[in-house]
Amino acid sequence: MSTSDDPAKKTIKDAAHETAAQPSTERKVQKQDKGSGGTIIPFFIFGVFISLILGWIIFPKLLYSKKKQPIDFNHAFHVTQVDNGCESCHFFRKDGTFSGVPKLEQCIDCHEEIQGIDPNEIKFVEDYVSKDRQVPWLIYSKQPNCVFFSHAAHIKGAGMDCVTCHGHIGESKSLKVYEQNRITGYSRDIWGENIAGFKKNPWDRMKMDDCAECHQRDAAGIEKTGVKSPTHRYIDNIINVFSPSSLSIESGDSVQTHRDACFVCHK
Amino acid sequence: MKIGRRDFLSFVIGGAAGTALSPLPWKLMDDSSIWTQMWPWTPVPENGEASYVNSVCTLCPGRCGITVRKIDDRAVKIEGMKKYPVNDGGLCLLGLSGLQLLYGPTRIKGPLKRSGKRGQGEWERISWKEAISEIVEKLGELRKKSRTQSVGVISGSDRGTVPRLFDRFLTAYGSPNFFRMASVRDSYELTLDIMQGVQALPGFDFENADFILSFGSDILEGWGSPVRMMRANSAWKSAGVNVIQIEPRLSNTAAKSDKWIPINPGTEAALAMGLAHVIIKEGLYDNGFISKDTDRFDNWKQLVIDKYSPDSVAAITGIDAGTIVVLARRFVNASKPMAICGRGDGTHPVSLTECMAVHALNALTGNINKKGGIFAVADPDYIHWPEIEMDAKAAVGMQHERLDGAGSRKYPHSRYLLNRLPESILSEALYPLEALFIADANPLYTLTDTQDTGKAFEKIPFIVSFSSYMDETARHADLILPNHVYLERYEDVPMPFGMLQQAVGLAKPVVEPQLDTKHVGDVIIETAKGLGGSVAKSFPWKNYYSCLKQTLGEKWETMVEKGFWSDSESTDQALKTSFDTVSGKFEFVDPNTGLKPQFKPVQIKGDERQYPLLLMPYDSIRLAHGYIGDPPFAVKTVEDIVLKHNDVFVEVNPKTARAAGLNDGQRALLGTPLGTGKVRVHLFEGIMPGIVALPRGLGHTAYDDYLAGKGINVNTLIGPVEDPDSGMNAAWGIRAKLSKI
Repeated sequence: MSTSDDPAKKTIKDAAHETAAQPSTERKVQKQDKGSGGTIIPFFIFGVFISLILGWIIFPKLLYSKKKQPIDFNHAFHVTQVDNGCESCHFFRKDGTFSGVPKLEQCIDCHEEIQGIDPNEIKFVEDYVSKDRQVPWLIYSKQPNCVFFSHAAHIKGAGMDCVTCHGHIGESKSLKVYEQNRITGYSRDIWGENIAGFKKNPWDRMKMDDCAECHQRDAAGIEKTGVKSPTHRYIDNIINVFSPSSLSIESGDSVQTHRDACFVCHK
Repeated sequence: MKIGRRDFLSFVIGGAAGTALSPLPWKLMDDSSIWTQMWPWTPVPENGEASYVNSVCTLCPGRCGITVRKIDDRAVKIEGMKKYPVNDGGLCLLGLSGLQLLYGPTRIKGPLKRSGKRGQGEWERISWKEAISEIVEKLGELRKKSRTQSVGVISGSDRGTVPRLFDRFLTAYGSPNFFRMASVRDSYELTLDIMQGVQALPGFDFENADFILSFGSDILEGWGSPVRMMRANSAWKSAGVNVIQIEPRLSNTAAKSDKWIPINPGTEAALAMGLAHVIIKEGLYDNGFISKDTDRFDNWKQLVIDKYSPDSVAAITGIDAGTIVVLARRFVNASKPMAICGRGDGTHPVSLTECMAVHALNALTGNINKKGGIFAVADPDYIHWPEIEMDAKAAVGMQHERLDGAGSRKYPHSRYLLNRLPESILSEALYPLEALFIADANPLYTLTDTQDTGKAFEKIPFIVSFSSYMDETARHADLILPNHVYLERYEDVPMPFGMLQQAVGLAKPVVEPQLDTKHVGDVIIETAKGLGGSVAKSFPWKNYYSCLKQTLGEKWETMVEKGFWSDSESTDQALKTSFDTVSGKFEFVDPNTGLKPQFKPVQIKGDERQYPLLLMPYDSIRLAHGYIGDPPFAVKTVEDIVLKHNDVFVEVNPKTARAAGLNDGQRALLGTPLGTGKVRVHLFEGIMPGIVALPRGLGHTAYDDYLAGKGINVNTLIGPVEDPDSGMNAAWGIRAKLSKI
């Protein structure tokens, strides 16, 4: 900023020297100077203002495309109709894998024919059930293919409940608009609704550091889960590269593959 | 208001400051790094429920059991089926790449009718109803004119219900012309028929043998059932079993064997006779077996003693007489030695006398129908259908001689001689072939002398292909009725060539048919019903599925559950098959014709002065050369000393290359009496001087960009040579020349 101000200052100085000789010019120059100095700050502030609006309001709108779910599903209602809570539809398969969003085969038990007058149900039965087409649900919490994530380890192993990570989706009466990042193709829920990345609840965003939040909560946690926080591991890896003997690594492991390294979660 | 330069700069600076305070740069940075981690164009496998379906792979004659992993409705991985008698969990390269044949873009999407000239590639999509009525109309017309014999079927196999339905159809319709693709199985079947009097397949107890003498059989490149042979080979290595490989070229099998003995091409039978000479002369044979269980030994013995002394055999084979003597002693001194034949992967027969000579070696050691030896295994007898209804027309049609001459007075023992069909059509000696149906076969690519085969096919007015892929034969057909591919259909699959067990596997649909295809069994049944009369009455089934289910009867449940059915009792019974000749003994000499195991040189084509070299095809497990072409995954594994870009390499000994003035990697023109092809030269010490070796499986003109136009098809350069005793194609090569371009 100082560099761009310098010529202005110089002009003022030069003008002062010339005051006695040419009073009429002096006035002119002074007037000019006053006008320029007066608009610089507002323009600066204006620039800041515009870019803040752009960055905080317009950019997020441009970054995410909005998509409506094919059918507006009422979680709250369905939870009252089933016996086993979330696991009635979002269940573990026999081999321990998690089924995720239900397929037609699960819905068909009740919805082989239209039961009520809800337009969403009518659409579901007519467009999908009777045509034997899977519903192309948009999955808010879909993790990318480049990481491993096991529901079984968290639900069965650590005894966590669904709400801890997914929030109170089970109480929602309709599905929110699905927002997709135009660059990465990820759901907005991964980064979070707040564009600055601030969050109030654990389920507000689910990036690497959010996994770490639980995994590094205390030293005991690390020991229990065997997973260190990404930052912790990142530093360990750097130490490893420069001084491989300072950390204990089991034989045959590389920096990337030993117990707490990147490839524990990343493919 | 006038905006000055400084105002503008100030605005920009403010903008930059504000941007830095907004999430924009940081979020963009994060997103672009994520974008680079997960390229959107990289295919990501779907998430879903994993399941496994057991089936049988029918891509090659090896017939391995497979377990296909599925995610929801999509097949994602093919693995070998554990406990399947053939492969017990193993699988070959072709089997592993099978998904590309299911989901690949080369498949024919529905029934097609030719709209342009033959081979032009112009097609019109028709419905299945139209397609079948086309066939019914054509066949009805021929039947009306009482020319039923002029209908033929070429099938990849003659075992199992689908080939049997074809055969049944032809019989009911009135034609004897059912052809099976040839292989070394033909040679062995004939040999067992003559020497042991049984209609059976050879069963080799490799797992218990302790000395393997292979007359050019490429155990590691697909001979027999590839996965079984690889396992056997590994077991031999750890058990210290000797494998002696006799062939002119250092193949993978030769390289991995205990001893490679290079031999003048085509003289394997002479070596077998020479070994017999040493064994007989030194009295090393199994006296008990020879005196009790064999007949006409003395008759043959005289020939062996007179003509095949080590010195005279050394002159023929190029193998040192001392080596022959030592090899003979080692062979006999092993407790369970086994001699096998069939060059390369055995997709081509050897001459009858050669197969008999090699089999006679086994008889000398008495290692027949014994643990660690060779058995005659009868086909499992599980297909029991009602009598075929034949009307007068069918009876008259069936009276005709087969177009290929099999079973005629000249070749009474031979069952199928497809190699003679093109010549028979071209010479018009018998009667014309007016309609030809082709299933699981690609004769325009796989038959030697593709030009003659092409010309013969041009004379057939109506060709129907059941191929799922646009292969060479399908391209020249008039009608293509695409069959389901093997992962989409039911089929019973008897144990392959060389196995001891009497078992039948069940191929079942892993996925729903992906395209508008139809099971070839259903086409046969529907066509028969369309023709009406006695033909329709011979096919009492609703569709192929019900036919198969009824045929298998009680076995069905087991087969669906286990993937195969086997009956140890019937296997034991089948293995006990003793000699069913007139004498009830093993015959060293054909009692009817007096044919003896001996060395009869195969008169290969070409003039030695004009063509100083010998061209021999060789087989590689990485190059499928049957009716299925190499899928892209498999093509990728071919080394660049075999195929580089679109150029195929011929293996040439440095000495031969030097004489021709050719360097390594240089382009050359390979000429034979049948044609020429552009190749590149690969200098290889492991091939005998004077020989040029070219791989089978390249040079496709059809299929897709991954396969077509790569190298040359060796079958365009080699022609069949008829074995005078059996009529089979006994050509092991052809005379050739290499010249600079």
